[in-house]
Amino acid sequence: MADITNTFAGIKSPNPFWLASAPPTDKAYNVERAFKAGWGGVVWKTLGEEGPPAVNVNGPRYGAIWGADRRLLGLNNIELITDRDLYVNLREIKQVKKDWPDRAMVVSIMVPCEEAAWKAILPLVEETGADGIELNFGCPHGMSERGMGSAVGQVPEYIEMVTRWCKANTRMPVIVKLTPNITDIRFPARAAQAGGADAVSLINTVSSITSVDLDSFSPEPSIDGKGSHGGYCGPAVKPIALNMVAEIARDAETRDLPISGIGGITTWRDAAEFLALGAGNVQVCTAAMTYGFKIVSEMIEGLQNWMDAKGHASLDDVIGRAVPNVTDWQYLNLNYVTKAKINQDLCISCGRCHIACEDTSHQAITQEVNGVRRFEVIDEECVGCNLCVNVCPVENCITMEPLAAGETDKRTGEKVSGDYGNWTEHPNNPSRVAAE
Amino acid sequence: MNSKQHMSGVVAGRLDPSDIADNFQDLHPPLSAHEAIVAADRCYFCHDAPCVTACPTSIDIPMFIRQISTGNPLGSAETIFDQNILGGMCARVCPTETLCEQVCVREVAEGKPVKIGLLQRYATDHAMDNGADIYTRAPATGNKVAVVGAGPAGLACAHRLALYGHDVVIFESREKPGGLNEFGIAAYKTVDGFAQREVDFVLSIGGIDIQYGQELGDGLSLEQLQSDYDAVFLGTGLAGVNALQMPGADADGVVDAVDFIAGLRQSADKSDIAVGRRIVVIGGGMTAIDAAVQAKLLGAEDVTICYRRGKDQMNASLFEQDLATSRGVVIRHWLQPEQVNTTDGKVQSVTLEYTSQTDGKLVGTGETMTIEADQVLVAIGQKLETSGLGSPVKLDGGRIATDQNGRTSADNVWAGGDCTNSGDDLTVTAVAQGRDAAEAINDTLKR
Ligand SMILES: Cc1cc2nc3c(=O)[nH]c(=O)nc-3n(C[C@H](O)[C@H](O)[C@H](O)COP(=O)(O)OP(=O)(O)OC[C@H]3O[C@@H](n4cnc5c(N)ncnc54)[C@H](O)[C@@H]3O)c2cc1C
Ligand SMILES: Cc1cc2nc3c(=O)[nH]c(=O)nc-3n(C[C@H](O)[C@H](O)[C@H](O)COP(=O)(O)O)c2cc1C
Ligand code: SF4
Repeated sequence: MADITNTFAGIKSPNPFWLASAPPTDKAYNVERAFKAGWGGVVWKTLGEEGPPAVNVNGPRYGAIWGADRRLLGLNNIELITDRDLYVNLREIKQVKKDWPDRAMVVSIMVPCEEAAWKAILPLVEETGADGIELNFGCPHGMSERGMGSAVGQVPEYIEMVTRWCKANTRMPVIVKLTPNITDIRFPARAAQAGGADAVSLINTVSSITSVDLDSFSPEPSIDGKGSHGGYCGPAVKPIALNMVAEIARDAETRDLPISGIGGITTWRDAAEFLALGAGNVQVCTAAMTYGFKIVSEMIEGLQNWMDAKGHASLDDVIGRAVPNVTDWQYLNLNYVTKAKINQDLCISCGRCHIACEDTSHQAITQEVNGVRRFEVIDEECVGCNLCVNVCPVENCITMEPLAAGETDKRTGEKVSGDYGNWTEHPNNPSRVAAE
Repeated sequence: MNSKQHMSGVVAGRLDPSDIADNFQDLHPPLSAHEAIVAADRCYFCHDAPCVTACPTSIDIPMFIRQISTGNPLGSAETIFDQNILGGMCARVCPTETLCEQVCVREVAEGKPVKIGLLQRYATDHAMDNGADIYTRAPATGNKVAVVGAGPAGLACAHRLALYGHDVVIFESREKPGGLNEFGIAAYKTVDGFAQREVDFVLSIGGIDIQYGQELGDGLSLEQLQSDYDAVFLGTGLAGVNALQMPGADADGVVDAVDFIAGLRQSADKSDIAVGRRIVVIGGGMTAIDAAVQAKLLGAEDVTICYRRGKDQMNASLFEQDLATSRGVVIRHWLQPEQVNTTDGKVQSVTLEYTSQTDGKLVGTGETMTIEADQVLVAIGQKLETSGLGSPVKLDGGRIATDQNGRTSADNVWAGGDCTNSGDDLTVTAVAQGRDAAEAINDTLKR
């Protein structure tokens, strides 16, 4: 059985599955249930500074996007950081860590952007025996208007400054949680690294409005007829998160910075993809909020089964394995030529491939052959884009077949070169570097 | 058309072998990978799911379905086998319509349950087809346990005991393992020799030795087993049958339905199994349905099930009844057989008396009717063969009395499956009881 014990930024846990800072980690009651179910660690729900705690709305906090059969695909929330007293949280954190010494206990913090505020809270957290802290620079709603959360996370200089304060004032590992609501994720990651961060975690939620009630014209979730943008999470945000993780993992400046992958992780497979793109562990929120803590046993077992089947003995065999395969567009092999191929035995003749290609692409799929309804790829027109594959309702009915070196691409009339050739040296590229 | 199709009497080969083969194909063909993913997507991953409670072996159904969804069919199979090592057979033969699928929240809400049985088959087939090697035995304990009967109860018990490191010897009176999985279940529910493949899968854990032709009560005594072994498990099922008692019951053409099915199950292509042109099946349970349907599939022209009570009292589920009628079987209620009429010792017809329920009692009305028949299949129940048990094993209602852990009144003797007085007579119940008795035996041996 594959070994999935995990060390992330020096913090050990029996598996790489942590619960992200959110309602599932807001109380000892929840966290204990999570540990009983098998979660490897938690990032406690974000703590604020001493004093009257944050207040939440008293109406609906969530908006959602569902599939046709009510499978939850995306969740949006307007919840703030913990609305419980700081000292109650700290007491509970201390007790839970004492009772569950083998699990990772990381405490998420968000206090005003002043060194004194951080200096005040860090010793209190340190006293609980927690394994590390996570700086919440991500929350896109409610706290950002108060100069915290993503208001800090969107300004690299602030990230660096706050990270530095924290490193100077605590012995605990510092994980900087990044907001996706920026243009280029590498800048905040580099800033965190410059400030001395031990790791980054991402993504926090994506600013969003999930829907509008067309009778009341209120955005959802509606609070007395008004709505506010919230933070989007769940399966829908996974592709955004995967890209951001990969960007940091392959950036020359941050490639050695540990990454805790977050965003839409629902199954072992999602987790494995994050790990492959360079995440050292993963955090989960929406999936647990949708299905309960028990799903972690599927994640653990599924990951192990897959690793066993592939001969990966430990997480180190998996982490970052896909990173070298993430490249810039200009380095993709332009001599790799594929053609769509429709398996006529599997084809159910719905015509979607044809109309997609005909109306919106390259007119490369027939709708009739010899007077009979029949969908065939016209190699002379097919550019190999695979739109047809993606709109086809039948799995594996349309496949993309690479042409072998020496074969003629009927569209261009040119022979396929067996050599690698990219845009940088392409004749159409005005700034090409001659391939000598 | 086959020349024998309309021949009177009890005749083999009424249909061409290829037609018979077609008729006996898989009742519920397996799901393709895509179908399985779509079916799995309908599961809500309910908390404290009603389906789990309804399953006698308490398989974690939402979890195994989720594992199918996530592309982990092997893990899914493990979830199933951990609770039910015969999960492959149960996926095929469980009356899911009265168990897990009946209480699925989507059945209750929409009348369309998640296809739990077919999904279970998908996962277990995947594991077995890929020769998955799932279980490793605990270090040998040195204990020896005797299991009597290699049916579902005995096999489930033996597997769990072997897992804990005990050595198991199964004493089986027949020459083949599997019990009713091999000799009783309708052929179209378990095609392609699945019963034997499953036995091989169970035995692959090691530490289980089956001795065939060993019959308790015939050269093998319970006292001997008690003294030679650290514990004994009885999983002998119901080896006896209730006989029809009326004039003509011994006529040529009156056949016990269980024997008829056993013969059919053991036949390679079934074209050697003789069936009547007109058949009356007496009984109202699963055996009656299975005998009737299979007789019909072999080419019988008229098959009539006669049951002495009403539709609602039939032991066969509504699904099974509908299956029978869809295959052309006629089910008649409120009729009890009075006599089998014969010519030259051969069945000619059956005379039945109409019945009714009066003050909770079943009474004949005195009025009779006669159905022409050249074969009568008798399915009026099986019973425990008690000769090998001896007085220390107390009975209750004609079956072995056990406590909730399967323990009998005899020293170090446990029992499970059809031979006991608890639970329904189902494969899955036998598996649950065999497994639980193994747990109890293990607890006792550890002490
Ligand atoms: C025709 C028919 C159809 C059925 N269809 C279904 C169905 O579709 N679904 C379902 O869930 N259930 C079905 N059942 C019920 C199911 O088959 C039984 O509940 C189940 O097989 C019981 O398992 P068991 O291990 O207790 O007994 P069995 O399966 O009867 O196994 C007992 C074993 O013990 C052996 N044995 C008996 N006496 C002795 C002895 N004295 N010494 C040594 N060995 C002995 C037997 O040879 C046999 O191998 C059906 C039953 C019948 C008869
Ligand atoms: C209701 C809710 C509250 C959240 N609160 C916090 C928070 O207090 N601090 C924080 O860092 N992230 C918070 N998050 C963001 C999550 O930790 C996580 O980054 C995000 O949901 C993406 O992961 P997911 O797709 O698995 O849900 C919250 C998310 C939700 C749904
Ligand atoms: S009851 Fe139905 S929907 Fe709920 S977990 Fe079981 S199979 Fe899934």
